[in-house]
Amino acid sequence: MDFEPKILGFLCNWCSYAGADLAGVSRIQYSCNLRAIRVMCSGRVDPAFIVEAFLRGIDGVLVLGCHLGDCHYITGNYEAQMKMKMLTKTLQLIGFSDRMRLDWVSASEGNRFAEIVNKFTDRIRNLGPSPVNKEELKNGAIDDLIAVKYAISSSRLRALVARERTIITEGNVYNEKIPEEKLDSILDEAISNEFVRHKILVKIKNKGKSVPEISKEISIAPNKVLEHIVTLRARGLVDLEKITDEVPTFISIKEDT
Amino acid sequence: MIFVQNNLYTCSEVGLAEIRKNVKEKNLNRVVVASCSPRTHEPLFRATCSEAGLNPYLFEMVNIRDQCSWVHMKEREKATEKAKDLIKMGVSKAALIQPLEKIRVNVNSSALIIGGGIAGMTAALNLANQRFNVFLVEKDPELGGLIKDLNQIYPDNEQASKYLENIIQEVKKNAKIKIFKSSTLVKIEGFIGNFKAVVKGAKQNVYIEAGVVILATGASAFTPKGLYGYNGKTIITQLELEQLLKKGNLHAQNIAMIQCIGVRNEERNYCSSICCMSAIKNATILKNQNPSANICVLFRDIQTQGTLYEEYYRNAREKGILFVKYLPEKAPVVKEKNVEVYNDFLNQEISIPYDLIVLSTPLVANEDAVEIAKMLKVPVQENNFFLEAHVKLRPVDFATDGIFVCGSAHWPADISESVSQAYAAASRASTILSKSYLEVEGSTAEVNNDLCVGCEVCVKLCSYKAISRNDEDRIVVNKVLCKSCGVCGASCPHNAIIIHHFTSDQVISEINSYGGC
Repeated sequence: MDFEPKILGFLCNWCSYAGADLAGVSRIQYSCNLRAIRVMCSGRVDPAFIVEAFLRGIDGVLVLGCHLGDCHYITGNYEAQMKMKMLTKTLQLIGFSDRMRLDWVSASEGNRFAEIVNKFTDRIRNLGPSPVNKEELKNGAIDDLIAVKYAISSSRLRALVARERTIITEGNVYNEKIPEEKLDSILDEAISNEFVRHKILVKIKNKGKSVPEISKEISIAPNKVLEHIVTLRARGLVDLEKITDEVPTFISIKEDT
Repeated sequence: MIFVQNNLYTCSEVGLAEIRKNVKEKNLNRVVVASCSPRTHEPLFRATCSEAGLNPYLFEMVNIRDQCSWVHMKEREKATEKAKDLIKMGVSKAALIQPLEKIRVNVNSSALIIGGGIAGMTAALNLANQRFNVFLVEKDPELGGLIKDLNQIYPDNEQASKYLENIIQEVKKNAKIKIFKSSTLVKIEGFIGNFKAVVKGAKQNVYIEAGVVILATGASAFTPKGLYGYNGKTIITQLELEQLLKKGNLHAQNIAMIQCIGVRNEERNYCSSICCMSAIKNATILKNQNPSANICVLFRDIQTQGTLYEEYYRNAREKGILFVKYLPEKAPVVKEKNVEVYNDFLNQEISIPYDLIVLSTPLVANEDAVEIAKMLKVPVQENNFFLEAHVKLRPVDFATDGIFVCGSAHWPADISESVSQAYAAASRASTILSKSYLEVEGSTAEVNNDLCVGCEVCVKLCSYKAISRNDEDRIVVNKVLCKSCGVCGASCPHNAIIIHHFTSDQVISEINSYGGC
């Protein structure tokens, strides 16, 4: 049987949901794969929702908002843009970034809505089923997605993203405007660190492991792994499990991060 | 799920009666309708739930027509699967939705108007004539604003002082308007329906309570210090020319006017929009007084919008006033006895002798505009003029409810523009003042103070200034100002904000019931 991707859409109430309704009123036919969730604003879409969808085996996620400058809530879609930028960067680390897309549809663009849904469905069809739906890739993909979920839910990344637009446009508390490129590089670093840290946490969730073991499992140099373990211990997320033959093993000590 | 019913038209009275009947008979505590779009029909079904004694927020709607059957007309089976998924998602959300209450706030039916120029006075009169109390605060010792300095006003060439006097008398006579002269706003707090302001007067501070605030603070004339040899005597501004004309002691034979001085450049990248008509008006007056005078207007682009102003401009040209276009990169040069300017049409430099040069300078934002903006928590644009909520859809509103803007505070406006904006602002304000209370949506954001660490990320993010730190040092959402967009909830670093009716749990339950594994 042909692969029919499962696609989830987040539509903002005022523009894209209205655009989708208009497509209906105009009887514009488009692919059946989309299931939409109505939110008041694209800025409401927590990046964690999208990762949650991937964890549940959904093959692609569309987030649609009002065109920039037309947001019913003034700047909600700019905030959505910041969040999705961060999420895309994070999903790139695990090869999932092509499975999500942020775009804009106004209330008068029924045609555009149908076009975006069709194109996105084709893209996902070409990408094939999500690794979560493939028996041989499932476990690895879920571990990756859980690490991403916790990384993007960490207060550090969330705070950075939430402040990004203010810092670019209005400046920080010292009235310094920091260029987007510079913030992006800070963001990139934070993303890759948080992702690796949470990946370590996933690996030592139920069973304590030594630094060389972790290093081998996640293909990262042992000294880097140790650095992350130290940070995670300082945050109270990891503890020493035991020392066997002078080799310490570490274990995750908190269910949620 | 304990009861399912198929109706031909659920939104017909028959269908609605079925909902009411079954809610009561079967003691249902959630209702899901799978039909058309919640954008059109949610209010109706919510009201029906209400009538049946169920909290209206315990209703969920699934769109299987506009977003399913109508758009997959040739794929019946797949569309049916989609409809089933959508209903599954709706039902799983419905299980988690919570009853919410609409919030009522009382409305103080007075208006506070900052600025007693033409815009402020017009708005004040309009509201007072609708029997609302108005507090009119003017920072100068007299009402009138910029018109006080004008000679005549276009396009009827009426005496500005006469025009102004009529309005000032009308304002003074109106018992509903309380005027505070030589007074400035020093503090304001509160929200729509309930503003509390402190106004510093000449002698003492006054405390004012109002339901709405209209900003009509106007703008200031730009003084072109160091530009084009400006000296206030032989080289003056249009505003100074108005005063000379008012006194009637002007004797000049050769007059050159230069437009767009200190504006439409990098520093001030806007068009002040009133200077073209002011220059044409003053040139016409001068020409009428002394038909033998040589008057030349050097311009970049003439803006005379509408047939009335266009005709005014044509009359000026017919009288023999010369209009010469200059290019910004080859701006006129003022010499001791003449102005030299390159004209693109002639492709040559021309020299215009003068004994008076009049510089058309822009209106610029008042010095205290930013301070007022901060006090009221409303935005200004790059040139410090106040920025409306939406240029086309909400031209006199601010994003913050209950605060409006009109006149040159928003953008350089002439009298007719200021007056129509003032009417617009007054009319928007009266939609609030005419109510004794406001009812706002129950589905707002709420801070969970157990999780909140007080980082104030949300305070900065909220476009409506609905989130603040209260006296007890806690972050709170003002439910009256909250528009339930949910941006704060999706951004909170500690997940401490609940977006009612779109909670994370509710959204995730929808996701989960579509996804499988």
